[in-house]
Amino acid sequence: MDVTGLTPLLALLVPLLGAAGVVLLRHRTPARELCGVVAGIIQLGLVATMVPAVGDGGTVSFTLSTFLPEAPIALRADALGVVLAGTAAALWVLTTFYAMGYLGTAPDPALTRFHACFSLTMAATIGVAFSANLLTMYLFYEALTVITYPLVTHTGTPEAARGGRRYLAYQLGCGIAFLLPAIVLTYIEAGTFDFVRGGILDANAGSALLVIVYVLYLLGIAKAALMPVHSWLPAAMVAPVPVSALLHAVAVVNVGVFCVLRVVLDVFGTDLVAELGLGFLTLVVASVTIVVASWYALRLDNLKGILAYSTIGQLSYMILGMALLSPGGRTGAVLHLVGHSFSKITLFFAVGSVYLASHRTLASELRGIGRQLPWTMGALAVGALSIIGLPPTVGFIAKYFLFVGAVEAGQWAVLVVLAVSTLLSAGYYLRVLRSALFDTPLAVTAGGSGDTTGLLRSPIVTEPGALVVGPMLITATVTLLLGVAPGLLLDLIRVSSG
Amino acid sequence: MNEITAAEQAGFPILSTLVFLPVVTMVALGFVRKERALRRVALAGAVAVLGLSLLLTAGFQRGTTDFQFVEQLPWIESIGLSYHLAVDGVSVLFVPLTALLVVVVMLSSWTAVRYQPKAYLMAVLAFETAAIGVFVAVDLILFFVFWELMLIPTYVLIKVWGDGPQRGRAAMRYVLSMLLGSAALLAGFIMLGVSYRSAPGSGGALSFDLLVLMDSPVPLGTQTAVFFLLAFAFALKAPMFPFHAWMPTTLLEGPIGMAVFLGGLKMGVFGFVRFVLPLVPEAFAAWSWLVAALGVTAVLYGALIALVQSNLRRLVGFASVSHVGLAMLGLSSLNASGLQGALFLLVSLGLVSTAMLLVAGFVHQRVGSTDLAALGGLAQRTPALATFALIACLGAVTLPGTSGFPGEFLILLGAFRAHGWPVAIAVTTVILAAAYVLVFFERAFHGRIRSTIVDATADLRPRETVTAGILGVAIVAFGFFPTALLDYSSASVDDLVGRLNPPTAVAADD
Repeated sequence: MDVTGLTPLLALLVPLLGAAGVVLLRHRTPARELCGVVAGIIQLGLVATMVPAVGDGGTVSFTLSTFLPEAPIALRADALGVVLAGTAAALWVLTTFYAMGYLGTAPDPALTRFHACFSLTMAATIGVAFSANLLTMYLFYEALTVITYPLVTHTGTPEAARGGRRYLAYQLGCGIAFLLPAIVLTYIEAGTFDFVRGGILDANAGSALLVIVYVLYLLGIAKAALMPVHSWLPAAMVAPVPVSALLHAVAVVNVGVFCVLRVVLDVFGTDLVAELGLGFLTLVVASVTIVVASWYALRLDNLKGILAYSTIGQLSYMILGMALLSPGGRTGAVLHLVGHSFSKITLFFAVGSVYLASHRTLASELRGIGRQLPWTMGALAVGALSIIGLPPTVGFIAKYFLFVGAVEAGQWAVLVVLAVSTLLSAGYYLRVLRSALFDTPLAVTAGGSGDTTGLLRSPIVTEPGALVVGPMLITATVTLLLGVAPGLLLDLIRVSSG
Repeated sequence: MNEITAAEQAGFPILSTLVFLPVVTMVALGFVRKERALRRVALAGAVAVLGLSLLLTAGFQRGTTDFQFVEQLPWIESIGLSYHLAVDGVSVLFVPLTALLVVVVMLSSWTAVRYQPKAYLMAVLAFETAAIGVFVAVDLILFFVFWELMLIPTYVLIKVWGDGPQRGRAAMRYVLSMLLGSAALLAGFIMLGVSYRSAPGSGGALSFDLLVLMDSPVPLGTQTAVFFLLAFAFALKAPMFPFHAWMPTTLLEGPIGMAVFLGGLKMGVFGFVRFVLPLVPEAFAAWSWLVAALGVTAVLYGALIALVQSNLRRLVGFASVSHVGLAMLGLSSLNASGLQGALFLLVSLGLVSTAMLLVAGFVHQRVGSTDLAALGGLAQRTPALATFALIACLGAVTLPGTSGFPGEFLILLGAFRAHGWPVAIAVTTVILAAAYVLVFFERAFHGRIRSTIVDATADLRPRETVTAGILGVAIVAFGFFPTALLDYSSASVDDLVGRLNPPTAVAADD
């Protein structure tokens, strides 16, 4: 059922108000942080109220203003958008709690900026999720870039500035140089910016032009981190853990993949993509990205670096699922979007917890830490199993659908890629886990790599507070729950990618 | 082309009031002694003009090509000169923009201008009268009179209150450049008036009335000559590459107040839309390739030079050259989206460029310099100023969500349609704008604090916050609600597009 309603607009306004609340309550902690929590919960509720309307393939729309008669800034929530928005809202609440534990709640202006930008990030994410057309999507896509930049450079070190510069350069550069021309070309060929399931472009435009436009989209949507526009993601790892969680699980990369899905489903349409042979092209690019990224991750020792390259590979799983152009592949792609978010955020939370407890940042330093940090390592194990794709986690279900999709599409080579990358990711995650759980602990005198002052050198390694461990256990539990009972979510996902 | 008189619409001659209220305020200032009272009276005058200009926009009928709030009095009938004021969709928004910039300039110079404040404020008000006159005059000679009148306050403002050591030379250079352009402008206008005499229906009389001339076709040979004369004059004023040399120097040497007017009110481009497009449409269409080529060159050239500037004011100067190039490219595409985009960009630039220059002014007042060498780490001491600077910078980058974007986007659409790929690819070099503006922002506001002066810098005071807030909100608001402005110009733009593409050509075009 297609209805006009204020809910998408409200979902966009709530985080904006949340940001305003953060700034107003900057001297009162933890009320400042709770603004984000409350806004996140309200937002989650708003998104949930739209599930019945979109669950049968309907939409909820609201037009904000118009550029040109045919180019409005318009919001329209459909099932795909609700999936992205719901995931983001749920993880926003948890990440805010985690940030309180990880960064503290001092009335520091830098933290106020952090929480305000965090709320604004959610507004931009919701904006992308509920965009009714390319123009609106572009607007919020770029807004997301700008608003996450202060988060990436949060620590203010020269290293953070360098990482932030690269982040900004890649995002804005690709956005303006590739995405914007792609959108303009689309408009010139299609005469509209609107997303329509089945696509707005048709083969009359000429295949050479369409291929160019498609490639411009893939390069322009740098947030999806397809190679060769991936290197901003490792560079952005200079940010503190809650920010990495935001980039890797809640907002940025999800938005990237989401935009690629929109372009394939609602701009080109799967039929046209198939007709032009672009599905195969995408499969090749995604496969290369998956294998190369996994290979990189295997060779790294820095935990956050491993996770970053792991994310690059996992995002390409989703792109690959979409590019299979079969129902199973699409379901797998969207489910992996959700599942990867919960799994990867669990991993980030765990790595952050390790850092808080011991100031260790390298995989080789985790030897035997499992005995001191049982909860953290338990969560890490759940997250890792899910990324590898083992039952009973959500990662398994997603990978199952990807396999089904590959078989449906008759892409046997993809099965090989999936198998190889499963082995590679098992390689780098199990190496970490085995060492942490079974090796003898590191000598107590050795400081972690983050410990340059010596003051932090402590033999006592214990679990950090409940604000850190709690969110981590919740996301780990969801990772398992979705693996055991994905039914409800799957219904929505089938609608969203159908 | 119909006219709706001011008597019908407002009940009083609102345009004349707008033009002369600043002069009245100026005279009133002559009787005020105390400095505080002086500033208050001047500000009150400027705010009254702003309020009145908003009334004008509120009363303006959208969706029609009519000239509105018309006032017409015969002046020197023997040469066909009349006092004829009116606004249409092309010009109406520039009146509140001018009035807003004057208010902003007054607020920002509240404490910054200490030398001879009375004379300073009088010069600003004199400029306002001339500038509003330029936007509302629809008689060519009357327009020319206002155009020339602007020079005097401009010269005085740069020469006396400029910040740079070379201000005297910069002022002279500006005036000489403009006078050169004026000569061509007057020659072009007179050619048009004389050409009208031989047109059917003129009865052998001269006319310099825009509305009359618009309805009387000009032979192509005359059109071409007039086109080059007017284009030269307006290109100098705009400033359009390669006639831009005065711009960066003037922004660097002149006072911030004057820089705001020169950077924010793109009268040269306005001149193109007001006179060149409707009066010599065939010549403009024939030479639009040249305008497009120069426009694209300007976009690239301005951006590349801006990339290596270490001084914020020179950077804004070259960025401005780049933006004017973009606007000209929009005009050269001869279609509605290109023209709408160009007009929107002009209004947006008024806000964005002013915001950038205000940032320069705030920084200059605090640190004594706007050069990168003296800055670094400002954001730590001045978070509010840094936020305002960021909004201004994003506007200059034409990022979506700021007022810079709709204009750029529409121009890009128009250019794609008219010129195809090469131009479109060239336009994506606005990415260079992102580079130069954001690099500057990062170096000036982020990083380590390197000087004790920066370390001791205070953040924006309440009065400054209000000034910055008005601009910041406007930049964001028009980014999300561009139709609030586009609706004003759409009918007039459609009419212009019709003139630029005679019926036969339209059929072939679409």
